[in-house]
Amino acid sequence: MPFASWLSKAATILICKSQDHPPARSNPLAPPPARSNPPPGPHPHAAWIEDQLLAFIVSRILQAIPVVLVVGLIAYAMFAFVGDPVTIMLGTDYTEAQRVALVKQLGLDQPFFVQYAKFMWAALHGEFGISYRLARPVTDLLAERMPATLELAATASVFALLVGVPMGVYTGIHRTAASRLFMVFSLVGVSLPTFLIGILLILVFSVWLQVLPSFGRGDVVRFSHWSTGFLTVGGLKALVLPAVTLGLFQMTLIMRLVRSEMLEALRSDYVKFARARGLGPRAINFGHALRNTLVPVVTIAGLQIGGIVAFSIVTETVFQWPGMGLLFVQSVQVADVPVMAAYLVMISVLFVGINLVVDLLYYAVDPRLRVAR
Amino acid sequence: MSAAAPRAPGALARWWDSDLAYSFRRSPVAVAAALMLLVILFGAALAPWVAPHNPLDLASLNLMDSRIPPVWDAEGQSSFPLGTDDQGRDILSGILYGVRISLVIGVGAVLFAVVVGIAAGLLAGYAGGAVDAVLMRIADIQLTFPAILIALLVDGVVTAALPQEMHERLKVQVLIFSIGISFWPQFARTVRGSTLVERGREYVMAARVIGLSSGRIMLTHILPNVLGPVFVIGTLTLGLAIVTEATLSFLGVGLPPSSPSVGTLIRIGNDFLFSGEWWMTIFPGLALVLLVLSINLLGDWLRDALNPKLR
Amino acid sequence: MSLLDVDGLTVEFPTRRGVLRALDRVSFSIAPGEVLGVVGESGAGKSLTGAAIIGLLEPPGRIAAGQIRLEGGRIDNLSPDRMRRVRGKQVGAIFQDPLTTLNPLYSVGRQLTETMQAHLPLSGPEARRRAVRWLEDVGIPAAAQRIDAYPHEFSGGMRQRVVIALALCAEPRLVIADEPTTALDVSIQAQVIALLKRLTRERGLSVMLVTHDMGVIAEAADRIAVMYAGRVIEIGAVADVVRNPSHPYTVGLMGSIPSLDVRVERLRQIDGAMPRLNAIPPGCPFNPRCPQVFDRCQVERPDLMPARQTEAACWLFDPAPAHG
Repeated sequence: MPFASWLSKAATILICKSQDHPPARSNPLAPPPARSNPPPGPHPHAAWIEDQLLAFIVSRILQAIPVVLVVGLIAYAMFAFVGDPVTIMLGTDYTEAQRVALVKQLGLDQPFFVQYAKFMWAALHGEFGISYRLARPVTDLLAERMPATLELAATASVFALLVGVPMGVYTGIHRTAASRLFMVFSLVGVSLPTFLIGILLILVFSVWLQVLPSFGRGDVVRFSHWSTGFLTVGGLKALVLPAVTLGLFQMTLIMRLVRSEMLEALRSDYVKFARARGLGPRAINFGHALRNTLVPVVTIAGLQIGGIVAFSIVTETVFQWPGMGLLFVQSVQVADVPVMAAYLVMISVLFVGINLVVDLLYYAVDPRLRVAR
Repeated sequence: MSAAAPRAPGALARWWDSDLAYSFRRSPVAVAAALMLLVILFGAALAPWVAPHNPLDLASLNLMDSRIPPVWDAEGQSSFPLGTDDQGRDILSGILYGVRISLVIGVGAVLFAVVVGIAAGLLAGYAGGAVDAVLMRIADIQLTFPAILIALLVDGVVTAALPQEMHERLKVQVLIFSIGISFWPQFARTVRGSTLVERGREYVMAARVIGLSSGRIMLTHILPNVLGPVFVIGTLTLGLAIVTEATLSFLGVGLPPSSPSVGTLIRIGNDFLFSGEWWMTIFPGLALVLLVLSINLLGDWLRDALNPKLR
Repeated sequence: MSLLDVDGLTVEFPTRRGVLRALDRVSFSIAPGEVLGVVGESGAGKSLTGAAIIGLLEPPGRIAAGQIRLEGGRIDNLSPDRMRRVRGKQVGAIFQDPLTTLNPLYSVGRQLTETMQAHLPLSGPEARRRAVRWLEDVGIPAAAQRIDAYPHEFSGGMRQRVVIALALCAEPRLVIADEPTTALDVSIQAQVIALLKRLTRERGLSVMLVTHDMGVIAEAADRIAVMYAGRVIEIGAVADVVRNPSHPYTVGLMGSIPSLDVRVERLRQIDGAMPRLNAIPPGCPFNPRCPQVFDRCQVERPDLMPARQTEAACWLFDPAPAHG
């Protein structure tokens, strides 16, 4: 069950977030004791690799289906047991006949699992019902807000990776005052709650220096189904503080992870052997050591994207960013179940998708996997 | 901070006498973190006696005292060392009482997670088979989602399911439940792993042979051996649990302003950030960071000290 | 003229409890085409000598005194970048465990071409052609197909063949082989030693063969250096050191090897253990265990001196014994 076990490894790292030596040995993707793969004779043909890749993807998707089904069950159970949709939709003044008609119309008289199946079927078609709070189709509400959240999350992820990986590599290779400073900085970084980072940034850059906006998306450019803040100066300025807030925690995490993996790789025999062959420092640090840190880094980075989407709830609230996270918080406050359920199902599909991409990246990074399974 | 203190006092005493105390004395960071945590703990525990005012006593509030800056500011007053909020509440007193609530919820949530996690982990590890598969699959699925999301969702559902008039009265319990439930899988996985190891050991076999019941074997023989890792994870989770509570309160689904935690204070103060009254937010925020940082530093140190292989 | 001259090499590790001297005035030389076996218990400083020669001492270890000369030029004080060009190009290295010395993420072909191109002016296709030839040379079957295979697709013995190809591919004059067969199955050890012997004979390479396996030494080496507590205590031709050792430690070491030709009642063993680096006794480091110890051994350190057919660091062979 590699899917499950790498999750738990990643979770261990998240919990023990400033851990210097993640339990690399328990990494299910780390090479199985190398002897377990006897030479398969001549090198496999490309077609064979493709077949294997397809089988790999299919098995991953099959593993993901129960996850989505269970999440859907939980989402539907909220519908069924939290609040009474009939009273919510009819108000307090209704006749028995009206009630029975509505119950029949909503299918509430059918067995629970039939209703669940219908719910999932509708969800598959992107239908999640009507928001209690805003009296509009949930799908429309989510679709309106999705661009804002995705642009924010993407910017934050890119920021976390582009800053976190180089800083981790630097602190892994060099033992200078700068790298000690980075480490202290990262320790404070993991202890600062996301919303507090946002508040501090607002205080410094919006209140005191007054150089960056503190709420909203600024000017957006609209296409048919998408509104983007990437194309205007105002939109880009509005993106800076939320993206930094959202990415900072993940950045420090990635930096610490890359550093400890680099340290481990630089101690390894194959790096010593590469040195003994007279390879240059660049080939050793980046070609040999960094490449070997990619598998664990990809795992965590994948999980971090999930974390970024979840923490966008907090960031969007701090910056009043009109995305799905803000919508979700507002829905939780008034128990707007259809929106909560839809958000949950969507997030689970998103996470499953991320996990699949992460698995495929392993496949690209680590040749051992291509034969191991 | 007895989040996951081992049941047997003998074990704790042994640790203290052995390498652990030595390693503690050798680590200035751990000592500093412990001192900082002690100061915060005492301040919180003794809040009714050390706080200059009682922020929960609405009758004592005076709007004339509202929005006073900290004492070193020209307009500051010595009776409100860190200033006041918009209602005239003393910030320092609010923090002392708020940290108290945050700690109660954090410790409560971790204890809840530990109890559920240990029970599930022991059961899964000892029973194996279908029980194991189902429990661990649930844990895996939950681990797919960040804890904050789970806590937010559970909190929303439980609150919606409770009658309106019970919301405020049961809020602390609801938060402990929501946050605790979002952290149980880590404990369950750890305990299960250790249980699987211990189950195969000879002393457990021997206990079986002499006819002890499964429950008794688990509680008296296996449990003491899995407490070490649980203690470390518990400490690190405590920091996360406190942050989670603060985040929920900041989002407005946690504690109400009538009984504010640190997160609620930050939320209240956040509204006044733009009018220049930064102290309403920054001081509670600082208190939160110091609390979490000291717990995390201690947890880091503990993990390394108990696991020499990592060095 | 010798290819490699190690002269008074002293390596120290500064630690919290004081400076540990891991190598103490080690001297030997290797002639072109010669195979020097270096033997000794673990911790005697064999591998450390190899690491010092290729300039890869682990910090905080450092060369505190002495010189290492390759073809007459000093290589112990080169800048990191110039030393890098010596490694691989002039001195190749073979490590112990082929399972961990190859980078798992790159094909063996890529690791070969990368190494060659770091030192030789070769185009991509030319480097690849040479890589195939090297794989053929070290006895990889179907080399042209397997050049793109990854290390995990080879068995342990095959991997060590790849490691040998990697060590030799930039055409060094000297190879330092650090326990090249220890991690291999017994049945494969002989093949790898035979391969190493053939390749180095063909190319006239010098080898420093570090091992604790006397069988490997007897099979492959021309001369032997025996190390004890960071010092060379005896050096000489293989036949002489094995049949006719001079130093009491070597005598004990040879006596502990089972032999098929000579029937002995029981194998001898040396009482005690090699001293730790922080507790090396004054005088001769072997004196606490030596059956022939006398006063001078506990006071004055012996250097290598002619002794029967070999050279040994032992006062028993001092031509002008100190009196009083």
